[in-house]
Amino acid sequence: MADTARDPPPDRTDFHEVEDGEDLFPEPSAATPESTSAESQPASLSAVDISTNANGPKQDSFFDDDNEDLFAVEATEEVSLDSPERDVLLSDGPSPAITPITPPTSVITPRIGHTHDVSYKKLKIEEEEGGDSFDVHISVSDPEKIGDGMNAYMAYKVTTKTSMSLFKQRDFAVKRRFSDFLGLHSKLASKYLHIGYIVPPAPEKSIVGMTKVKVGKEDQSSNEFVEKRRSALERYLMRTVKHPILLKDPDVLQFLESTELPRAVNTQALSSAGILRMVNKAADAVNKMTIKMNESDAWFEEKQQHFENLDLQLKKLHASVESLVCHRKELSVNTAQFAKSAAMLGNSEDHTALSRALSQLAEVEEKIDQLHQDQANADLYLFSELLGDYVRLIGAVKGVFDHRMKTWQKWQDSQMLLQKKREAEAKLQFTNKPDKLQQAKDEIKEEIEELEGKVQQGERDFEQISKTIRKEVSRFEKERVKDFKMIIVKYLESLVQTQQQLIKYWEAFLPEAKAIS
Amino acid sequence: MTSIDESDKEKLRSVSVDLNNDTALLIDIPDALCERDKVKFTVHTKTTLTSFQKPDFSVPRQHEDFIWLHDALVETEDYAGLIIPPAPPKPDFESPRDKMHKLGEGESTMTKEEYTKMKQELEAEYLAVFKKTVQVHEVFLQRLSSHPVLSKDRNFQIFLEYDQDLSVRRKNAKEMFGGFFKNMVKSADEVLISGIKEVDDFFEQEKTFLLDYYSKIKDSTAKAEKMTRSHKNIADDYIHISATLNSLCAEDSTPNKKNLEKLSDLFERLRKVEGRVASDQELKLTELLRYYMRDIQAAKDLLYRRARALVDYENSNKALDKARLKSKDIPQAEEHQRQCLQKFDKLSESAKKELTSFKGRRVVAFRKNLIEMAELEIKHAKNNVALLQGCVDLLKNN
Repeated sequence: MADTARDPPPDRTDFHEVEDGEDLFPEPSAATPESTSAESQPASLSAVDISTNANGPKQDSFFDDDNEDLFAVEATEEVSLDSPERDVLLSDGPSPAITPITPPTSVITPRIGHTHDVSYKKLKIEEEEGGDSFDVHISVSDPEKIGDGMNAYMAYKVTTKTSMSLFKQRDFAVKRRFSDFLGLHSKLASKYLHIGYIVPPAPEKSIVGMTKVKVGKEDQSSNEFVEKRRSALERYLMRTVKHPILLKDPDVLQFLESTELPRAVNTQALSSAGILRMVNKAADAVNKMTIKMNESDAWFEEKQQHFENLDLQLKKLHASVESLVCHRKELSVNTAQFAKSAAMLGNSEDHTALSRALSQLAEVEEKIDQLHQDQANADLYLFSELLGDYVRLIGAVKGVFDHRMKTWQKWQDSQMLLQKKREAEAKLQFTNKPDKLQQAKDEIKEEIEELEGKVQQGERDFEQISKTIRKEVSRFEKERVKDFKMIIVKYLESLVQTQQQLIKYWEAFLPEAKAIS
Repeated sequence: MTSIDESDKEKLRSVSVDLNNDTALLIDIPDALCERDKVKFTVHTKTTLTSFQKPDFSVPRQHEDFIWLHDALVETEDYAGLIIPPAPPKPDFESPRDKMHKLGEGESTMTKEEYTKMKQELEAEYLAVFKKTVQVHEVFLQRLSSHPVLSKDRNFQIFLEYDQDLSVRRKNAKEMFGGFFKNMVKSADEVLISGIKEVDDFFEQEKTFLLDYYSKIKDSTAKAEKMTRSHKNIADDYIHISATLNSLCAEDSTPNKKNLEKLSDLFERLRKVEGRVASDQELKLTELLRYYMRDIQAAKDLLYRRARALVDYENSNKALDKARLKSKDIPQAEEHQRQCLQKFDKLSESAKKELTSFKGRRVVAFRKNLIEMAELEIKHAKNNVALLQGCVDLLKNN
């Protein structure tokens, strides 16, 4: 019905929010220079093997209480430059103390071309000066179709405006495609999810949507698709940088700053990595069902229940709002049709004054149909998309809780194994083969020592992830409330505008109706 | 038809404005009963005319009785030159009934509160349909009572007065007329009237106008109905949104709880306003168009009848010529031709009057309803603004 292509609504780039000066890691602030001395194993860390594995922050040395402030948004304390942990943070490779934990999303993304050197030197200097408050504003704009046919893709301009010294410039832009975003998320997920950080999920793929764009269909639905995607990518990036840890991640910085980014081929659904992902996901689902964790912490139990419920309600709300969008679009179409019909009726009417009034009515209705269309867009881009985002975010939160369970499981497994070995050791005392005995005894002693280490590590990991999750959840909830409130207020204001316009239109029509004689 | 002054128009609430102000014969339907599909109307008459047995009385009537009356009037030759008011449409509760059924099926997917609200909405819809059908039947009778000729019709009087079941009379009537004339008129379609060589400019214009206008107004009625339905759908969505927000609110123990409460409340009120927008639009616009669509059909019927009379006249001319040729039965042929001409002339004269006053009626009705609709739209939009702005302010200050 709507033959004229409706332009997508203007760029909504007001997700910029200056964070309050609150310390998001309200641990007893030990000035960080102390932390170097509190380091248990500074020396061993410099002997790190730099392998091409996913690089995450080193668990061991970093998550002691004292070091918390390193991650504070406002690092007002001076951080010593030469702390070896800084190097360790930014280089690749796991710390030797970490037993190779295969994270569930164990896609080993081949790391091609690191440009870490430059970025982490910058970080060093910046941290020396003392960090700055959050001030990053990202916009995703100018979707541009590159190429033709099935190999075509959309390139988006990612513009960053910032005053933070974390970045090389204050105002810069790069071109990125959708798979780049997915690649970024994949990297972040593999680094941080398994230790309890809520990594914002990337927007979803859509084969149908993209195919239409590739094929070159320039209609309202494909325009809407591109606009939805653009807007979602922007929100995704803003959420990611609002996270104090993720903001400083080299992959994030590279994504925002580098002109050239290596293609993330492993994000394609049908790649070997993609299939591996699917297999892992299925394995996870099975595992989740079999892990029976003894939850000793009421907080976690309560929170898990809370998120389950939130998930349910948000999904329901999302569905209702999607229905609203659909019906409002219908209303717009029906109003337009009525307008045309009323115009024809007006033409047919032979009483002059009535004819004029009917034509006016047709005009009013036509304007109103455009109003409804605009309102439907607001319904969609403000309300509906917000809810969709949060449904996915809650999914990430639930994932993090699952990781905690897995960590617990690992710890328990190590404990059980240790137990078995101890029993085996005890049994050895009673065997009658003295020559083999000593050798076996030594072996077992070694294994037991190793396992004891593992158990300790497992317990530490578990405690760490629990602590991280608590902080993350508290941060998430604060953000969520703020986010919602801001967007709902915007949405309600859009409704107000629509109604005010309606008043104007009908008030203009009223004298016309009265003029019929 | 007498001309009506401004103040009288304001009093009347129906789509047709010049009714029921003649104290000689006042008719209304004060109440009605709904049993399953059958609606029983109580037709109440107050009259000063001596032709009636009592000055104030009521009778129960069914929809079929109204149809019988309408058909009887159509089939009366004397009224061939009049626009017979269109018969009221059959009461149609199918839409709310279907929806009620669907609601019942989906009950398990909603919260109790949601279900109750949806049920309330449907009951309101049901009531609206009911009110509409009462109104439309009432208007039909009032059109008759205010018509100088039709109000004196014998069948009309029987309808108003006969205190027993009309169904017996209905059957007899059917046998008598056999729906003959009606079928004739119906089958004498547009071909007939467009094929006639029109001698009178007035009728030529009217014919063109009415044919065209009818199809346009029919289309507009359908489109207006779709618009109204969309509004209703949006109101329903608001119910669901409000209910889910309420659930979220119940779960929330943070200061955000208040915000959710306000929001849930807001959507509940918005949906009430949206519902009223829908029903007002329906009454003032859709029903207006629908009524005049039917009225125009009645006017078209008048033109058909006139066309038929013209055909008869032309045939009688031909017969007279033939008789003169054969020199046989000339006086009968002459008489027949004279009668046909007389009938045609009488019909044309009456039709002209009727069509002119019809236009006047239509213009007045459109004016009234369009003004009222615009005023109501403004009122509802202002209401919405107040609600929304209030909520925005509360949220911002919290």
